[in-house]
Amino acid sequence: MNGLLVLPIAIPLVVATLALLFRRSSVMQRWIGVAGMLVLLVSVAILFRDVYVDGIQVLQLGNWQAPFGITLVADLLSMLMLAISAIMGLIIAVYSIYDIDKERERYGYYPLLHILLMGVNGSFLTGDIFNMYVWFEVMLIASFILLALGNSKNQLQGALKYVIINLFSSLLFLFGVAMLYGMTGTLNMADLAMRLPEVENTGLVTTVAMIFMVSFGVKAAIFPLFFWLPASYHTPPVAISAVFGGLLTKVGVYALIRVFTLLFTQDIGYTHTILLWVAGFTMVTGVLGAASHFEFRKILSFHIVSQIGYMIMGLAFNTALGLMGAIFYVLHNILAKSNLFLISGIAQRLTGTFELKQMGGLYKHYPILATLFLISAFALAGFPPLSGFWAKLSLVKAGLSIEAYVITAVAILVGLLTLFSMTKIWMTAFWAAVPEIGVPDHFGKMPLFGAGNLYIMVVPVMVVAGLIILVGFYAQPLLEVCLDAAEQLLNPSVYIEAVLGPQ
Amino acid sequence: MNSLILHTATRLMIGIIVLFSLFLFFRGHDEPGGGFIGGLVGAGAFTLYAIAFGSEATRAILRIDPITLIALGLVSLVISGIIPMFTFEPFLTGKWLFLELGESEFKLSTPLIFDIGVYLCVLGFILAVIFSLEEVK
Repeated sequence: MNGLLVLPIAIPLVVATLALLFRRSSVMQRWIGVAGMLVLLVSVAILFRDVYVDGIQVLQLGNWQAPFGITLVADLLSMLMLAISAIMGLIIAVYSIYDIDKERERYGYYPLLHILLMGVNGSFLTGDIFNMYVWFEVMLIASFILLALGNSKNQLQGALKYVIINLFSSLLFLFGVAMLYGMTGTLNMADLAMRLPEVENTGLVTTVAMIFMVSFGVKAAIFPLFFWLPASYHTPPVAISAVFGGLLTKVGVYALIRVFTLLFTQDIGYTHTILLWVAGFTMVTGVLGAASHFEFRKILSFHIVSQIGYMIMGLAFNTALGLMGAIFYVLHNILAKSNLFLISGIAQRLTGTFELKQMGGLYKHYPILATLFLISAFALAGFPPLSGFWAKLSLVKAGLSIEAYVITAVAILVGLLTLFSMTKIWMTAFWAAVPEIGVPDHFGKMPLFGAGNLYIMVVPVMVVAGLIILVGFYAQPLLEVCLDAAEQLLNPSVYIEAVLGPQ
Repeated sequence: MNSLILHTATRLMIGIIVLFSLFLFFRGHDEPGGGFIGGLVGAGAFTLYAIAFGSEATRAILRIDPITLIALGLVSLVISGIIPMFTFEPFLTGKWLFLELGESEFKLSTPLIFDIGVYLCVLGFILAVIFSLEEVK
């Protein structure tokens, strides 16, 4: 038992409550928001050490023993996800100080952000499939409000699509959970993993697996269920776009990885082949969608979709190397993708628009911003020695080692096309001449550091860019942790034993 | 709403309804009742008052802002979860305290604190919704 396991859920709850109590003072809200994220990061770091040194940590909430109570389980995959979400949480909280207006602060931006984090952390930690549904709901309700906060017309349009499709996917999730419970009489994931192979009606198990694939697939935005994402993610303020683009879809990916390594491994030939096809189509459609758009955040939104394909591909390989690549890819992608969103926000502050065609001259006037963009964009496209290169390299290696040549070729091709979209942004927004009309007066005069306080937005971006470079140059230790995590996933008996005791 | 019957009835009813909500609340745990249903009935009392006298007057008798009520509710939820952690038991473990006072026995517990939190959250949430619907321009 490890009592600290509840902290990544309890801290955001306490912080959200405090922020709610001090909701009249925006100064207090900001301090509470940032300090809360810092405390969360520290607690996750302590837990990470525990899991890394002593193996999987378990907490039976309320002292109700598994499989009857709700169990919190932290294995290496959970910890890696928790760590990256805590880091991004801190980055976003700092960035929000400048990006989020007073009106949104007054309507509870900071409490909602922490509740969202609580939902995300809960989904990473829970060892109970119904409890996971509950955390998904917590996360979704907070994200609905964050998306609609501000009430502008296109925000409501985007939020409506997001709400309807996500409620539908939650409903499917609930159906799947009900069917699992009907078949096995348990909801504890470790217990399920033991009982599912004993179910006689294997066809039904595969059906439930497909229900889960569709439900989590909607949340992770895989082909052909991704269309809601580019329709909604470009509407809210940038800080919110970055949280959504960085974290929320990855929760779907995490759930897919969890259930398709722990629960549904009976008919791999069927389920994982479908996953592989889906991965290929997701990569290609996402990157083609990005190529056809000229709005900064829409391009990034389509790229989220295409990158999800890589992670699903690693999962579909179902080998240690493939899973390692997928996990590493998730970590790298959260850094690179959120950072690009954050940069788009700074570019919008400077040029007054997200439309690439109305931008220009950013390289000439803001070389530091251009460098930061270049680092993140190259990382996303997979340039050595940045983080994306190692992520793609390990996936390609995994693909070649099991002789999946076609999908590997697709993955490499999509990497090239990613570079094409990033070059498009670079050529128009950064390199092109300053457009004649429509440029705000402060363009070129507003410094990144100093007057105007723009540094509050720039410093977080620099930190993330630094992390990308760090991961790129010191990839080996992180890759080893990812490999350990992958081996834990492929050997569920460790997980089961940690939760239910020796069998 | 400007109706003498409603005004008079509301003044009489509100106390009874609040008492009934507290009765439901304390009846909970072993019998049907508890924080959620108690909170709903309590919110019903203040909603009735808001219909009769307007949200301004209801805020005045409530004294605490509904959103603060939600926050206080969350605080007690957290407290009930943290108490068992001081004796190195998992978060949310139920701790009980039995008090003998003369003939009768009182039971105090962390689930009671949890239920107070639920009561406050439900009350605060419903009133926040009702007030913002009433005060919309």
